[in-house]
Amino acid sequence: MSNPTPPVGTGLPDTQTLVTEPTQAPERGGKKAKDGKPASLWTDAWYDLRRRPMFIISVIIIFVLLVMSFWPSLFTSIDPFNARSCDLSTARQGPSPGHLFGRDNLGCDLYSRTIYGARNSIIIGVFTTIVTTLVGSLLGIVAGYRGGAVDAVSSRFTEIFFAIPAILGALLIAATFRGKANSILLVIVALGVLGWPMTYRIMRAAVITAKSQDFVVAARALGAGAGRIMFRHLLPNSLAPVIVVATINLGGFIAAEAALSFLGVGVLSPDISWGLMIADARNRFLEAPLPLVFPAAFLCVTVLAFIMMGDAVRDALDPKLR
Amino acid sequence: MKKTSADVLPGLSEGGAPGDHPLLAVDNLHVEFQTRAGVVRAVNGVSYTVGPGETLAVLGESGSGKSVTAQAIMGILDMPPAVIPKGEIRFKGTNLLKLSEEARTQVRGQRIAMIFQDALSALNPVFTVGWQISEMFRVHRGMSKADGLKKAIELMDRVRIPAARQRVHDYPHQFSGGMRQRIMIAMSIALDPEVLIADEPTTALDVTVQAQIMELLAELQRESRMGLILITHDLGVVADVADKIAVMYAGRIVENAPVHDIYKGPAHPYTKGLLESIPRVDLKGHELYAIKGLPPNLLDLPTGCAFHPRCPYRQDNCVTDAPPLHEVSGTRNSACHYWREVLDGEHQ
Amino acid sequence: MASTSERILEVRDLVKHFPLTQGIVVKRQIGAIKAVDGVSFDLHKGETLGIVGESGCGKSTLAKVLMALERPTSGSVKINGRDIAHAKGGELKRMRRNIQMVMQDPYTSLNPRMTVGDIIGEPYEIHTEVAPKGDRRTKVQELLEVVGLNPDHINRYPHQFSGGQRQRIGIARGLALQPEIIVCDEPVSALDVSIQAQVINLLERLQNEFDLAYIFIAHDLSVVRHISDRVGVMYLGKFVELGKDTEIYDRPAHPYTQALLSAVPVPDPDGREQRERIILQGDPPSPANPPSGCRFRTRCWKAQEICAEEEPLLQIRPGTAHESACHFAETHDVVHVG
Repeated sequence: MSNPTPPVGTGLPDTQTLVTEPTQAPERGGKKAKDGKPASLWTDAWYDLRRRPMFIISVIIIFVLLVMSFWPSLFTSIDPFNARSCDLSTARQGPSPGHLFGRDNLGCDLYSRTIYGARNSIIIGVFTTIVTTLVGSLLGIVAGYRGGAVDAVSSRFTEIFFAIPAILGALLIAATFRGKANSILLVIVALGVLGWPMTYRIMRAAVITAKSQDFVVAARALGAGAGRIMFRHLLPNSLAPVIVVATINLGGFIAAEAALSFLGVGVLSPDISWGLMIADARNRFLEAPLPLVFPAAFLCVTVLAFIMMGDAVRDALDPKLR
Repeated sequence: MKKTSADVLPGLSEGGAPGDHPLLAVDNLHVEFQTRAGVVRAVNGVSYTVGPGETLAVLGESGSGKSVTAQAIMGILDMPPAVIPKGEIRFKGTNLLKLSEEARTQVRGQRIAMIFQDALSALNPVFTVGWQISEMFRVHRGMSKADGLKKAIELMDRVRIPAARQRVHDYPHQFSGGMRQRIMIAMSIALDPEVLIADEPTTALDVTVQAQIMELLAELQRESRMGLILITHDLGVVADVADKIAVMYAGRIVENAPVHDIYKGPAHPYTKGLLESIPRVDLKGHELYAIKGLPPNLLDLPTGCAFHPRCPYRQDNCVTDAPPLHEVSGTRNSACHYWREVLDGEHQ
Repeated sequence: MASTSERILEVRDLVKHFPLTQGIVVKRQIGAIKAVDGVSFDLHKGETLGIVGESGCGKSTLAKVLMALERPTSGSVKINGRDIAHAKGGELKRMRRNIQMVMQDPYTSLNPRMTVGDIIGEPYEIHTEVAPKGDRRTKVQELLEVVGLNPDHINRYPHQFSGGQRQRIGIARGLALQPEIIVCDEPVSALDVSIQAQVINLLERLQNEFDLAYIFIAHDLSVVRHISDRVGVMYLGKFVELGKDTEIYDRPAHPYTQALLSAVPVPDPDGREQRERIILQGDPPSPANPPSGCRFRTRCWKAQEICAEEEPLLQIRPGTAHESACHFAETHDVVHVG
């Protein structure tokens, strides 16, 4: 009856199920069984992630960026907030010893400004992403699972937010509350309020697809409550597209912050952010490209690192891809 | 001027000499799939023939290679990843595998047609069934829209779709499963093919509808003397309609025989196991015999006879030597070293 | 045997209509799909009741109502005297321990992102009183062994198993709470022939071992005959015939049962030309608008005026020993040749 080598299906062009051996599961399953530790999706995903070069590289980059955000003085001895570090007569000078990236339009050191700019940009990017993903996913999962009136009401409510042009709305929020709160917090709230509907839509659609599958019916037949069905069954099976969108959004939020700054309601001088630096450097881009290139490059690397990490996490959460 | 198939296939005209060659012959066919995980050997030397008016049932489970063989005959395999390293498929003596794609297109659908299990996904949901049936005539016969539609109604009548004249303008989703399968059949017989391949035509249907469809196929075959290749896993359907059977396992034919012989006394342990493992509607059995183990891994087939890990008749040489197709009688073969013991019903 | 043992399930006049509505904001009912329309039967301890019928006859809806996954429009489903169809909250949850199900599709019925251990152990997490936390892993491994799988594979994921093995995992999950009743909804129809027999034998072995009662829903009449003690034949939401397996298969009294049985191909080519075949014309009518009187009359060769006017009740009729719902019920063996 029993067979020592259980097969797995492969996705072949043939419509039939062809039978193949598991590639790496046996030794791993065997090892874990000996450890006596039960596996779960999350522990297995973590085990798998630690072996993915893409994940490791992205984590190292993100770690460096975080250190840069919180302890910028570790990377540069120049304090860009000190007015004396700028010298108008050296404006737009190219790289030189001590000023690795050269100087910007006001003659300030570009390298130290880029380092110090990381904090605001990353805080805005990361926190706005967290807020929009949490709000959007939570509402999406409830709307998708409950359906009916709950879904109808929340979907119409979401559409109202969809209808507001994001930058215009954010501008309105940021301008209205300007001075009444911390400007960084204001940017996060302004972008967050208008950023979650996309995540909501994606989560809702994924949940509706997952909900119709038999394993959800099976869980209900066992007597599982709504919480268990939503968070044990639906969430893990709907997370993949949300992760992808979240990591792509992260870059979008950092860029949106730049737009707000440009319009005069985001991070404001003398505070520093990459968005602000890019906005400042645009006018003189042709004569002096470097003040734009360096913060933009840091922005790209940051976004790329998060997208890589998101991809790796998404793959690790799919047992079929391990 | 449109080329007819006779132009492309000299010697393949209606008046050819089919007496010299079987209508369709598959000869030592091999099909492999190149995948990331390795080479999947889906078909490993399959040979069979079908004559006019004859029904060959190809019996096998999923992964046995029965559908891949059919797709190779039709020339609808995606290549790559599929490769045909060896073998011939001869239609009235012409090796189809050697033909140009253009010539192949002339054969496909016109001389050899195929119907599939899932009629709903095989029909295009955004066109009316009349349009889809008449497309066969417009494309291959150059007919006008009006004439094509007339032919479509004729065909729908022929496959017994009630009120064909009204329903010709309906869309596929407006038909029941059985009616959709009839529409598929109508499309496949539109150009009077000489060979019809039916791949699990009734698996998705209810028994009463299955009976209707099988009756329809038998009737159409009687009228036109088509050769019918019926691909199925259902031993009951096979017993009902087949003239001869080829049983496939792991990409090989393990037994072929006239239908009555196989049900009286199978000559291969796999066939025997299958026959003993199915419950019957006319008998209340005791515990079912169950073939132990699982179907083989096509990436890594067992050595020797592919069935040996599951076989109650296994001897040492089964593990090392692949059995050839032994001749059991003039009309039947078995790929088992111990076919005599199996046939005598001796259990080891 | 069956009738002498304890009655554990009592289904009475069960009706499930799905309303057909029109309009988005203000919904207006314009009709109803009468999926299950007055079904009554009993199930005894250790017994198997087979339910056969074609697609759309309501057998899967019946399974859902029995499992309290759908609330019936009316009627009752009493398990050991208590009505699960109207139970709520904690009581419903407790009652679920006694009735579990095995589903048709082994590919979608297991969460692809849970390990086998989590899948089979989930019942214990939901019903924490059944097994203390420390014992659960051992219990799951025991269950794997009971259904013929390697207990060491507890940390594997569903995609690492074949269809038949997955169905065993689904069966193990159904057994975890030690229910008295298991509803099997087409448990083998997605499996290969050689694997079907393994799973059927497993179900039979488990039934003897744990004294389970099965509701075995399938469209394959041969499989149902093999496993069932009693069989109910469904057509458009109603039982048309209900009786012991030999009564239904050897002495069917309802024309629909006769047509259904005669259509089943027998794996024996001898006498295939002599076999009686009743080929029904057309398709079953829509359950949203069933025919008046007898629902089968539109496809029946025996239909008379009375069939359109008066609905035949499911009862024992002259000349037969079991219940059938036909004014002209008459036993007639259609499966055996000669």
